[in-house]
Amino acid sequence: MEAKTKDLWVLIETREDGSPAKVGLELLNPGRILADKQGGRLVAVVIGQNVQKSVEEAAKYGADQVLVVEGSEYQQYTTDAYQLAMVYLVEKYAPTTVMIGATNIGRDLAPRVTAKVGTGLTADCTSVDIDEESGNIAWTRPAFGGNLMATILCPDHRPQFGTVRPGVFKKPEAGESHADIIKEEFHVANDQIRTRIIDVIREAAGEIVDLEGAEIIVSGGRGVGGPEGFETVIKPLADVLGGVVGASRAAVDSGWIAHSHQVGQTGKTVAPKLYIACGISGAIQHLAGMSGSKVIVAINKDPDANIFRVADYGIVGDLFKVLPALTEEIRKKKGE
Amino acid sequence: MNFFMDEEHADLVELYRDFAEKECGPIASEIDKASRFPRETFEKMAEMDLLGIPFPEKYGGAGMDNLSYAQCVEEISKVCASTGVGLSAHTSLCAWPIYHFGTEKQKEKYLVPLASGEKLGAFGLTEPNAGTDAAGQQSTAVDMGDYWLLNGTKCFITNGGEADIYVVFAMTGKAKGNHGISAFILEKGFPGFSFGKHEEKMGIRGSSTCELIFQDVKVPKENLLGEVNKGFKVAMMTLDGGRIGIAAQALGIAEGAIAVTKDYISQRIQFGKRISQFQNTQFEMAKMQAATDGVKLLVYQAANAKDLGIPYSHLAAEAKLMAASNASDVTRRCLQLFGGYGYTSEYPIERMMRDAKITEIYEGTSEVQMMVISSWMGIR
Amino acid sequence: MNILVCVKQVPDTTEIKIDPVKHTLVRAGVPSILNPFDGFALEAAARLKDKDPGTKIVVVTMGPPQATAVLKEALSIAADKAYLVSGRTFGGSDTLATSYILSQAVRKMEETEGKFDAIFCGKQAIDGDTAQVGPELAEHLGLPQVTYGLTCEKNADGSGLEVVQEGDGYNQVIGIQFPCLVTFTKPSFDPRFPTIKRKLAANRANIPVLGDDAFPDIDTSRIGLKGSPTHVKTTFTPEQKTGGVIIQEESEEESAKKLVALLGEKKVV
Repeated sequence: MEAKTKDLWVLIETREDGSPAKVGLELLNPGRILADKQGGRLVAVVIGQNVQKSVEEAAKYGADQVLVVEGSEYQQYTTDAYQLAMVYLVEKYAPTTVMIGATNIGRDLAPRVTAKVGTGLTADCTSVDIDEESGNIAWTRPAFGGNLMATILCPDHRPQFGTVRPGVFKKPEAGESHADIIKEEFHVANDQIRTRIIDVIREAAGEIVDLEGAEIIVSGGRGVGGPEGFETVIKPLADVLGGVVGASRAAVDSGWIAHSHQVGQTGKTVAPKLYIACGISGAIQHLAGMSGSKVIVAINKDPDANIFRVADYGIVGDLFKVLPALTEEIRKKKGE
Repeated sequence: MNFFMDEEHADLVELYRDFAEKECGPIASEIDKASRFPRETFEKMAEMDLLGIPFPEKYGGAGMDNLSYAQCVEEISKVCASTGVGLSAHTSLCAWPIYHFGTEKQKEKYLVPLASGEKLGAFGLTEPNAGTDAAGQQSTAVDMGDYWLLNGTKCFITNGGEADIYVVFAMTGKAKGNHGISAFILEKGFPGFSFGKHEEKMGIRGSSTCELIFQDVKVPKENLLGEVNKGFKVAMMTLDGGRIGIAAQALGIAEGAIAVTKDYISQRIQFGKRISQFQNTQFEMAKMQAATDGVKLLVYQAANAKDLGIPYSHLAAEAKLMAASNASDVTRRCLQLFGGYGYTSEYPIERMMRDAKITEIYEGTSEVQMMVISSWMGIR
Repeated sequence: MNILVCVKQVPDTTEIKIDPVKHTLVRAGVPSILNPFDGFALEAAARLKDKDPGTKIVVVTMGPPQATAVLKEALSIAADKAYLVSGRTFGGSDTLATSYILSQAVRKMEETEGKFDAIFCGKQAIDGDTAQVGPELAEHLGLPQVTYGLTCEKNADGSGLEVVQEGDGYNQVIGIQFPCLVTFTKPSFDPRFPTIKRKLAANRANIPVLGDDAFPDIDTSRIGLKGSPTHVKTTFTPEQKTGGVIIQEESEEESAKKLVALLGEKKVV
């Protein structure tokens, strides 16, 4: 389709209670810059129920316009309802660019929308810019397990779609809201929704593990030696830091910890502020999942371990001595 | 003449290796330390048809051959010799004699569940006072008309206690020596059939080794394997094949030791160099590799001879003699390259060295292999 | 039940190395493998077949002739029949064009195999990591979808599936009717191994090829490089981090203290 406007859209993913997921707000940051460069408006799209909070936040973080689709059928995410709503909006307004957070939901929805509209999608981007030559968006994303970066253009189709990883961008500075709020009445009938949520298992792995949203992750690998190691040294450090416990594939495959904790290619891709890798050798598939972290600390007794190559700080030593010392030291600091 | 594997064998070796590395390697140290029989591994092997490799599909087997079977024992023994010997005892010493000497009915009843992996097998020949000297058997089976009455004790039985089906030997004509031995098929659970002491072993600690005790066991007539008083031949022919399995196990142990040593020497730094950069290390590794490749030819030759129906008794003995001595030698020298770390249980090489020793002892000591070979040579 | 599993042959990305001088991928000697996520999809199909042995599992891949290797692997694990989609005009396709070609292949295979009740895909391929082909294929075929499936079972009346889906921080059970498409991520168990018998049979299997002329009604403007809305402009290897600091004080306690101080300076703790 042809673009009718030069607008750039950011989908603000909403939670069940109508509040915004962090990544949507983060995307308003590059969205602002790119919208200005494209000479169009920054439009936030909010789909959900009782989304007042999401609308306000989107406006506060810089959207020029907020498009709102509200209805009880959107309270819980379903592929069909969200796809129909997005396709309706895209066909009606025909923006030039659409950005969606690369969450499980975003990566479920985006290809469904683009295949329907017949346009290009670049998934899981870690940076977005304007291609100076052509004026298209230059979507940059990792491939081959993070070994290769590719910059991808969608020259002849509009809108150009991309999903962008959570944690790559910071939320913009909050400001005065100046956004037009436009409510769209669009409803999806029950029988158009072909999936049904039968049960929600919040205790799936004994606890909720939100690795992707975590600011601090303490991860254990083969060097942790067993499930006890996670309990006695990894978790206490994560707790004192207010972080989440992660794990390498080796630890998960050994049955020491649930797969929901796995970081890496067959696990989660994370980009926390601080990533502490304990007893992890640093296999490529692990690095693929965590090398985007802001600060990486590696603790390993093998000075030649690969993990030290990506680490900002490394301690060569026995993690069963280093981690308790570290936990104690941080506890002291926090006490001050 | 072809010294190289065809695609089918090569493909299966890849499968065995993948299975061994993913399933057997990761628990090898644990089952060694805990002296635990890895039941779960054998269940997976059953699903993959690994417990009946050389038997026809109509008997529940995979329809492959003895070479592929030997390669499976080899690949598994590279990472875990305990699992390797369990597979070997099951296949060579229990399923094979039933396949070769059994009646159709016996094959139906016992070989099919063994080869499909539903049941695990073992072999009971050795007694406290009779090993290879089979005529020294003290177990007896007396013909009671309707059944055989079996009494006696067997010792050092691999898979003992874990196995469901046992091929055992007893004297049925005491005065006739080797011509007075008969073979029987026993099921776990036969009244009077119980298990005695589990051995605390130096190596292959993840395999089960225990005593079998027979107290007035009534063995059904139809469970006689082969003919009355022809059990010696059953035992000897079975052991000929078993030696191929053990030779493959010893070959695997040596190859596994070389592999872990190769990793270690290319990481360990001493005097500012990787120890792989010292010529002593290079020459040691080269000699071990060459010797092990030589052993491999002997092992594959023996297995291939069996597949082709060529007399293989002496070839199996030669393969086992050389493979066992090479396994002991290679593991010892590899441990030396590891130095002090190799002596600790943090690295697998000390386990490999302990595991290697048994290959010079069971299913005929190295001395027995030399007897077989020299006798074949006509030296008396 | 009739299940189609879509698979892809990928380079084992864990074996890929970076040339330290030229900063390019060294792909020589990197083995080609069955995409692990597709292996999880195949395992999910195999588990349905375990419970309902009448189930037929068909497997398809799009790629060069050597991609038959992964079809053979799938046959040796659980699949009953395999198809290769391979043609010159398909080369250079992005995910949208690929999924369009696959949708044509599905229609074609259904002429022989009967309607598929379910199409299973891996969540994503480990080379491209896009996670797009599954949902796009579902869209072309007009099927409902569940992505990020962990396990699935047939529902009580046999009219569809109940899929355990990995969500962001929790799991949910999703009900979906046949026909449908499900993509799978890594479950808590390992997929099964091939069996010897299946492997031997797979080596002898006849694998039909759906080539350029297999789809007379295909819209050629939607396939290949021409039919792909996205284009790769450049590729480059990510910068390696340098300047990492190794902390090695007298004791672990001292090292820990130093680290906390450094992290404090960086304001991450």
